[in-house]
Amino acid sequence: MAEVIWGLATSHVPSIGAAMDRGKTEDPAWQALFDGYAPARAWLAEHRPDVAVLVYNDHANGIDLDFIPTFGLGTAERYEVADEGYGRRPVPDVLGHPELSFHLVESLVDEGFDLTVFQELAVDHGFTVPLSVWTPDPGDAWPCPVIPLLVNVIQYPQPTAARCYALGQALGRAIRSFPGDLTVGVLGTGGMSHQLAGTRAGFINPDFDAMWMEAVEKDPARLAALSREELIRQAGSEGIELIMWLVMRGALDEQVTKVHSDYFVPASNTAAGIALFDNRAPEA
Amino acid sequence: MSTPTGAGRLDLPGTPIFDGDTSRRGFRMNKLFMSLRDAAARERFLADEAAYCREFRLSAEQEQAVLARDWQAMIDLGGSIFYVYKLAMMDGRSMQYLGGVFTGMGEDDFLAAMRAGGRRDG
Repeated sequence: MAEVIWGLATSHVPSIGAAMDRGKTEDPAWQALFDGYAPARAWLAEHRPDVAVLVYNDHANGIDLDFIPTFGLGTAERYEVADEGYGRRPVPDVLGHPELSFHLVESLVDEGFDLTVFQELAVDHGFTVPLSVWTPDPGDAWPCPVIPLLVNVIQYPQPTAARCYALGQALGRAIRSFPGDLTVGVLGTGGMSHQLAGTRAGFINPDFDAMWMEAVEKDPARLAALSREELIRQAGSEGIELIMWLVMRGALDEQVTKVHSDYFVPASNTAAGIALFDNRAPEA
Repeated sequence: MSTPTGAGRLDLPGTPIFDGDTSRRGFRMNKLFMSLRDAAARERFLADEAAYCREFRLSAEQEQAVLARDWQAMIDLGGSIFYVYKLAMMDGRSMQYLGGVFTGMGEDDFLAAMRAGGRRDG
């Protein structure tokens, strides 16, 4: 059977990728953010999974408003890095793992999560920035195949936090029921508090973010109980993306060991957070 | 904000909600913005912006907002910030610039507020 060995939550702000692509990680505006990634990156480099599942949302690059799947899963052998308008990021395309993808689709549909299936999908910064947070220098290839799990966070009504958490729990069961020995990492992306439009643009809520960071480790059910309205009120209209962290968290065990977390304001107009959890049973 | 209010609609001060009504209203305009990912499309747009807007069947108000780079109006007329941003990028404008417009603070003050830890309610 397959096993989820870690969960990583991280913001996916495009400028984080741009800072890396343009060699600005040691600029004063950015250095503290990247210093804060270092312990997680070092641990992840020592714990490479066989496959990863990355929970993210597209930003008008891989899909448009013709179709708005609430949840979707990629089943491709390869995912091209999207050109968002000014050339693609200088990072490798993403290899998929169709065998595990099809198993996940079947298992999740059987559990009542009727996912949209993506046989072809270009992945944008929402996907590649978290990969870069994990692996800053991938060379020709990312550390392992990665399966995209899409969540609609752009158009209201987004799925509820409770549904995202339940999907994560079903995802964890689906991974564990895979009939092959695989280690799996799960990434939940987006957030933390931010709002891009309206007179409230620039809104950041460090108290809410601190509460979220603590609860995502120890009491995710508390977060799953938050309403859409409460999330938008507390985390901003784009901060609702944090529901994608709950998909990741649901796939992990009730008890996890926090490896590292950090918080930084601002990455562009966003509060950037990272949290890494070891999901292996603690050694006796 | 010109978003109509109806039963069950979220009404949070200063917070545009990109819901189904808004998306329906902005559908053609958001399609136009998404097309600007392509360099050839940007070239055609810049050669005759009004003709390009008509090609995408924008309403007169939307066309006016696009031509005037009235960012707030684009949001009010159904633009999604992620789509509107494609046009801003084409113009070399940052999300901080847009934040300065939406808040009325101007880019420099908005950027300073973000660097000071972001803005708070109230």
